[in-house]
Amino acid sequence: MSVIMPPADQGVLARRERIVAALRAFVPGEGVIATEREMKPFESDGLTAYRQMPMVVVLPETTEQVSRVLAYCHAEGIKVVPRGAGTSLSGGALPLVDGVLLGMAKFSRIREIDFANRVAVVEPGVTNLAVTRAVEHEGFYYAPDPSSQIACTIGGNIAENSGGVHCLKYGMTTNNVLGCEIVLITGEVLRIGGKHLDSGGYDLLGIITGSEGLLGVVTEITVRLLKKPETARAVLVGFPSSEDAGACVSQVIGAGIIPGGMEMMDRPAIHAVEEFVHAGYPLDVEALLIVELDGPQAEVDHLIARVSEIAGGCHASTIRVSTSEEERLLFWAGRKAAFPAVGRISPDYYCMDGTIPRARLPQVLHRMKELSAKYGLGVANVFHAGDGNLHPLILYDANKPGELQRAEDFGSDILRLCVEVGGVLTGEHGVGVEKRDLMPAMFSEIDLKQQQRLKCAFDDQGLLNPGKVFPALHRCAELGRVHISGGQLPFPDIPRF
Amino acid sequence: MTDLLKVRDARDVETAVQWALGAGKALEIVGGGSKRALGRPSQTDLTLDLSGLAGVTLYEPDELVLSAKAGTKLTEIETLVAASDQELAFEPMDFGSLLGTAPGTATIGGVLSVNASGPRRIKAGAARDHFLGFSAVSGRGETFKSGGRVVKNVTGYDLCKLMAGAFGTLGAMTDVTIKVLPRAETEQTLLVPGLGAARAAEAMMQAMASSCEVSGAAHLPASIVARLPGMPGGQAFTALRLEGVAPSVAHRKTLLESLMRSYGQPETLDTEASRTLWRAVRDVVPFAVDGPAGARHVWRLSTAPSQGAALGAALAAEADAELIYDWAGGLIWAALAPSDDAGAGLVRRAVANAGGQATLIRAPAAIRAAIDVFTPDGPGIAALSQRIKDGFDPKGVLNPGRMWAGI
Repeated sequence: MSVIMPPADQGVLARRERIVAALRAFVPGEGVIATEREMKPFESDGLTAYRQMPMVVVLPETTEQVSRVLAYCHAEGIKVVPRGAGTSLSGGALPLVDGVLLGMAKFSRIREIDFANRVAVVEPGVTNLAVTRAVEHEGFYYAPDPSSQIACTIGGNIAENSGGVHCLKYGMTTNNVLGCEIVLITGEVLRIGGKHLDSGGYDLLGIITGSEGLLGVVTEITVRLLKKPETARAVLVGFPSSEDAGACVSQVIGAGIIPGGMEMMDRPAIHAVEEFVHAGYPLDVEALLIVELDGPQAEVDHLIARVSEIAGGCHASTIRVSTSEEERLLFWAGRKAAFPAVGRISPDYYCMDGTIPRARLPQVLHRMKELSAKYGLGVANVFHAGDGNLHPLILYDANKPGELQRAEDFGSDILRLCVEVGGVLTGEHGVGVEKRDLMPAMFSEIDLKQQQRLKCAFDDQGLLNPGKVFPALHRCAELGRVHISGGQLPFPDIPRF
Repeated sequence: MTDLLKVRDARDVETAVQWALGAGKALEIVGGGSKRALGRPSQTDLTLDLSGLAGVTLYEPDELVLSAKAGTKLTEIETLVAASDQELAFEPMDFGSLLGTAPGTATIGGVLSVNASGPRRIKAGAARDHFLGFSAVSGRGETFKSGGRVVKNVTGYDLCKLMAGAFGTLGAMTDVTIKVLPRAETEQTLLVPGLGAARAAEAMMQAMASSCEVSGAAHLPASIVARLPGMPGGQAFTALRLEGVAPSVAHRKTLLESLMRSYGQPETLDTEASRTLWRAVRDVVPFAVDGPAGARHVWRLSTAPSQGAALGAALAAEADAELIYDWAGGLIWAALAPSDDAGAGLVRRAVANAGGQATLIRAPAAIRAAIDVFTPDGPGIAALSQRIKDGFDPKGVLNPGRMWAGI
């Protein structure tokens, strides 16, 4: 763990007993956790290489409690780290030694299901999958489906703008939410949007989504529900090279087809998965593609034929079309088990999350092989091929001195490479603490300061989740200063009329 | 208001804003000028004309991505992507007929700045959902960027969402990147005749809740139908659009026809007629400034689809109102007989009851200056919006007052 967090406020730490007592007045009973043993489960999120015990854990149950806790922390200058289910892969919920960890797990009710308007109003602690479970009896579902959907919460999905394998066709969280209730660090409660589309005014919901818990604490979310497609079928295609697989993906999209899912795995990933799941994946290929078409039966049959034809033209060595729902799920079982499968062949693995323009995939994979040799660490790749979102899994052994550091350096090189070829640092896992110090690879200081001015509009003391996303913290007063270059005469060379 | 600064490149924009900042001037940001009459009239000293920032700088159909300078004409982009059988799936409307500006003058920067979307919004999302990245000059005179050229990106705050619909009050965009999508091979529209608004809302909601993947759902009262090109006249129609590959459209049409049977015997519009109809619905042609409703004040109301019919009825009960329902009943275009406040009191009251938002789209400048054009937010949101504005444009250089007084 090499990331430096904001310096602890010794004054706050010295007042810990008083602060805990004050918080107990807002959230009674077991809602305030202050013993080391009970706080232990909160010391890290899904990025387990980073650990830190919080000062105190608070588990509120009502918006009013959240409001009172935040208002108190604001008045007392106490940092707050919001947390959903703690499945973040970027350390977004990593606690601070002098901070309140605000766990939202008790906000676990589905408040309303409105089939007529195809929306559900849920609390942030409801799990992603629970939304679908609550509406599937009427044939509906909630589209974003991150791999952690059994555990991850809608509140966390809002914070990270979570995606999933189906977001090429159905969008990420930001495209599937309509409204929220949010509590600012001052304790002020705001309601944004509702069951209607596109409110006028600034798109506050749009910036809250993906803001990694730095702008406010969401206490209610209105999500869109979609009708389940009539049917879905998948094609499993093996290729002798990643270039061929990449060409196939491009040609499918070039042919006007947007599959429900389009996933790629490279040879190390295929082998790890097949050994684990026995999904019947071909082992003599360099790249494997799963293309899923969903929609009305007639459309799916039509498009499956076209995709198979395109694959054939791209030197595919195997093409298998699912003939039953069991077979389709078996195709996916391998892909869905990719992370644990890799976990079996290596003591530890480090999951990266860059996005690249798809056409650069062969180049990126080639460079990654070189980096793998340089660092002496293996890497397996799973890839949301349709939208260019790459998940390299770096294999290492944390018990071997220096390997974690090498894995992190390898990962940073991969992400810089993603930016270099026109991509971005993170496609769906968030910046958190993990990629914080890489932000300057993608953004100028002006860009980052402008983003922080937005933060200042919500949280002028920088108390909400500090140390995440931004590599350098600036005081809002400093950011607010305007530099006027002087009353120059108006640019004589710009044409005036 | 007499001075016009016509920039040639992004650097000029930065120079102009820096000068305005130093000289204490306010700038009106204009692309093609098609939406100048949208929003509140700004109090500005000069016009910054971005139409010279023109040209598509990147288009990769297989990557579903297009970058252009902000002043690029929307029509140029649409023509270009159509040649690769692609489109802007959010179906941006042309405000020309509604506001009386020349058609085809809209620029991509303007389209994104007002978050313009059309009937397909219910299925494909709004402009905001297709906006991947930008470069802009803030009111601080600094060029900043956000987003990128890939669809899946959560690196830093999603400022594209903030810029979409900000009416140029936070930055003057110089370059933008958007997602493009394959255009449907074919389309058909089912027309269910003779429904009232409440019954039509039921029909539309039932269609939307089916697996028919309806990509347009509008209810057009009889008086509106009479003003639409190529439509069988004399009665109201509820229009449901199906798009996709031919076998899929045929299959879903059969399904939808059986679903709609209890509402009436539907007629069918084939591809060309369907395209013509939805273009007219998109551009709100029945309320064209040179048509029978030309003198009326026009509002755009967004509400939950189940509330649409009641909201429309509430307006019609107290005012001379012509109504078009889009977005399965969730979007109402309301043309009210002219009055001193454009009917704001009634509209705000009705929307407050139904839940949702109302934006005044067409009224004389004096009225748009005197009443709130956007639904007034509570004090909390208003103060937050002001703080956001101050973070991007602390001296009020960019389109000041265009959205709300002071913003």
